Amino acid sequence: MKAYLTRGYMFSASHRLHNAAMSDEENAATYGKCNNPYGHGHNYGLQVTVSGQVDEATGMVCNLADLDGFVQREILERFGHQNLNTLPEFAQLVPTTESLCMAIFDILHRGFCHAHLEKVRFQETMMNSFEYWGENGVTDRRPHEPGNGAAESK
Amino acid sequence: MVYLTRKAEFAASHYYHNPQLSAEENLRIFGKCNNPNGHGHNYTLEVTVKGEVNPRSGFVVDLKELKDTMSREVLDAMDHRFLNKEVPEFFTCIPTTENLAISIWDRLAPKLKAAQLHRVRVYETPDLFADFYGEA
Repeated sequence: MKAYLTRGYMFSASHRLHNAAMSDEENAATYGKCNNPYGHGHNYGLQVTVSGQVDEATGMVCNLADLDGFVQREILERFGHQNLNTLPEFAQLVPTTESLCMAIFDILHRGFCHAHLEKVRFQETMMNSFEYWGENGVTDRRPHEPGNGAAESK
Repeated sequence: MVYLTRKAEFAASHYYHNPQLSAEENLRIFGKCNNPNGHGHNYTLEVTVKGEVNPRSGFVVDLKELKDTMSREVLDAMDHRFLNKEVPEFFTCIPTTENLAISIWDRLAPKLKAAQLHRVRVYETPDLFADFYGEA
């Protein structure tokens, strides 16, 4: 039996949306308040969804202790209480929450081997959330799910 | 096709233990959840059904009927129970959140008439949930 497991985490970080290839006016027009040179922060709600056959011996898709340990070590400790613009992931990339989704997906996809990674979802504020399902998207990964777009709302 | 989700809550206790493994191995795999006296959660259940909207009623499914089915098939059996000792499928199967979602699917799927079961989601805590879509 194949099941999907979702675990939620939270970290706080700051960022500034600014593209050095654009003029100051274009940056201000594109990013608005998010272009403030001093940056601003969010409490990022992160949800990680993994899938797999439920192991008959353990009743689990994967051991939560493994997932929690990996996320704590590779994500929360690296991204929590940091300015995202200063991290190597965003040296060449504007740290929008779309890009953050893809960066975190990449870390999990490369390093977490105990279950199949389905989705990374970020709740940036109560009004904004973003999802990334990897390059193949949702359609070949799981049954149709209403409302599962790449970016739900902005 | 329209999807409709109904929520319910139940409180239950459980513990994780595989009798085929040694005591040390059970403790290593399941940690605190291996305490044989059990521990409990407030579970939130979300049942999603799908179907065409009936042109006469405007319903995908009669919500009252869905609520009654969830109460009869799931809540009556699991609410305020020790899952390992009082719910038959968990006499031999570990009541993890994943297996709860599968068990609830198996209980509901044959009983739903008008609409088709799409997803069973079980929240063990607000930060942890399992989804089952009836996939093999």
